[in-house]
Amino acid sequence: MSILVNKKTRLVVQGITGSEGSFHTAQMIEYGTKVVAGVTPGKAGTEHLGVPVYNTVADAVKEQKANTSIIFVPPAFAADAILEAAMSGIKTVICITEGIPTKDMIKVYDFIKNKDVTLVGPNCPGVISPGQAKVGIMPGFIHKKGKVGVVSRSGTLTYEAVKQLTEVNLGQSTCVGIGGDPIIGSKFIDIVKLFNEDPDTEGIIMIGEIGGSAEEEAAAFIKKNVKKPVVGFIAGRTAPPGRRMGHAGAIISGGKGTASEKMAAMKKAGIKVVESPAGIGEAMLELLKNSDSKGAKKVIKKVEKVKKKSK
Amino acid sequence: MKIHEYQAKELFTKFNVAIPKGIPVFSVEEAVQAAEELGGKVWVVKAQIHAGGRGKGGGVKVAKSIDEVKKLSSEILGMTLITHQTGPDGRLVKRLLIEEGINIDRELYVGITLDRVSGKNVIMVSTEGGMEIEKVASETPEKIIKEIIEPELGLQSFQARKLAFALNLRDTQLKNAVKFLTALYNVYLQTDASLAEINPLVVTKEGEVLALDAKMNFDDNAIFRHPDILEYRDLDEEDPLEIEASKYNLNYIKLDGNVGCMVNGAGLAMATMDIIKLAGGEPANFLDVGGTANKTTVSNGFKIILSDKNVKAILINIFGGIVRCDRVAQGVIDAAKELDINVPIVIRLEGTNAIEAGKLLKESGVDFMVAGSLKDAAKKVTAVLKS
Repeated sequence: MSILVNKKTRLVVQGITGSEGSFHTAQMIEYGTKVVAGVTPGKAGTEHLGVPVYNTVADAVKEQKANTSIIFVPPAFAADAILEAAMSGIKTVICITEGIPTKDMIKVYDFIKNKDVTLVGPNCPGVISPGQAKVGIMPGFIHKKGKVGVVSRSGTLTYEAVKQLTEVNLGQSTCVGIGGDPIIGSKFIDIVKLFNEDPDTEGIIMIGEIGGSAEEEAAAFIKKNVKKPVVGFIAGRTAPPGRRMGHAGAIISGGKGTASEKMAAMKKAGIKVVESPAGIGEAMLELLKNSDSKGAKKVIKKVEKVKKKSK
Repeated sequence: MKIHEYQAKELFTKFNVAIPKGIPVFSVEEAVQAAEELGGKVWVVKAQIHAGGRGKGGGVKVAKSIDEVKKLSSEILGMTLITHQTGPDGRLVKRLLIEEGINIDRELYVGITLDRVSGKNVIMVSTEGGMEIEKVASETPEKIIKEIIEPELGLQSFQARKLAFALNLRDTQLKNAVKFLTALYNVYLQTDASLAEINPLVVTKEGEVLALDAKMNFDDNAIFRHPDILEYRDLDEEDPLEIEASKYNLNYIKLDGNVGCMVNGAGLAMATMDIIKLAGGEPANFLDVGGTANKTTVSNGFKIILSDKNVKAILINIFGGIVRCDRVAQGVIDAAKELDINVPIVIRLEGTNAIEAGKLLKESGVDFMVAGSLKDAAKKVTAVLKS
């Protein structure tokens, strides 16, 4: 098991013939993801990287039973692409595109929030369930099949956490980059809920950053509902207020959204908050070692076994 | 993107948001002309810089004669205005807005921005106009009244009325306030603004409702739809290094510390700044070289970091996913050789082609401190700062 993407994922790539779309489609196929269709309006009937191309997502769903979509469409057209996927029967939409106007996303979010569709992103690295499917732009080789779920607002900082989890032999069940924009389809709380219900996830890593209050909302949920160990980190303790730190959503405004506020909320919820991003993997290992749950014990046993072997 | 008060008021005029009469000027002569053109007996001379707190800093003054307009204009034009938002260096005043004086009865507040929790726009009003709204929000949150705007519907009349009643406005004032709020939401929506804030919003003794001040910020992601607003960009208000960086598609923000850093990805860049702090230093900048870093971007990034004279050490932290570490390494080596760098460089390259990159760095003959992990990088920075 895992969340959002797995062996049953049948992927359609929206914007498959663009340069980004092409590059990452090849990488996803190489990883073993079932890429069943591409969409580029006007190019139906052709093949790209061995994948049949359609004019519409609806055709890709009808002809190839696509159930998941990844979007590489340029920012001015990406909101339309998300809506097309959502209204064509796709259940999981992952939008990589960076730079979508907020006004467009307000409309999209308002439409999809009560529909049977999960949107991840925009402006995110995507989702990977190691060993099953990679639907995103992350480097596949740093991942390892395992039992820890990772949810994060950033890309490369997630890779950092992933690498540490791989190094301590814990691996990952699924890694979800939710994106750095002010309006995103899935927030921390949505992904944490999924991890909490996933039998193959024994621990959760939550990597936040300054701006907004999504980390606080998730922390409140965790305090009430989550028994699995959670490690948290917040990037941007040294960021000055009023400046947008790369991500459109990473901004401290009106004295709200500071790192210290978020870290305090997480600590209050029983989350192990690490001061340095270098300590994420070790902190999770430590929590699982001290956990009483059967699953955690099993994971640690396996880790010890691998350790012995490598000696 | 931010714009000046007078530019926001130009937009307001287009969208029928009521404002006092005013004329932007760039010299004392123009200021006098403007005052004469406006007529009346009282004028307000207002410094135009992007930062708030201009009044307290001495950048907004009332003149009661043309001579006084002349005197105040010559004092304010060319002054370095220091407010709580400019930092200790302040900003040079190059533009003024000359406005007619008005009979202020009450000072109120209105702001429109995105509410990230609901994913919808929110309009907020308060009777505490003229105050720092952050202070009102934290000390007396009950004095801020909010209405969430449904994306499908827009601001409804009853919502505008509700807000106006909450501000204790009646009769003509109420009518004018409803008109004002509706127009303000319209300009906010049509221009892809991320903030429209009027503080103070004034009610005159004659019952008019006017934007005495005007602050508008715009969504950078949507600015491509608004070439007319892009025209308002004032490069004098931006850090020259940040302008230089944006030419190379680098995301750079200058800070006051002593350790420069170059990172790929915004989250990792912030985390690297945090590591510098934990290691005993202060970050000199935020620099995200992006997902497609190559030799040229890295080399340009280096030049920008080094032109900040406070930089005593540099930490490079690249996690190669799509980015190939060997290419980044080559960029760093080339730049180091070309630029005659005399500060220590700690470099950590991880991910795609990291091994090849390590080899290149070793064989380069340049004295890099190569770190094997994030932890190691932090240690090396601490060591550098102590020596």
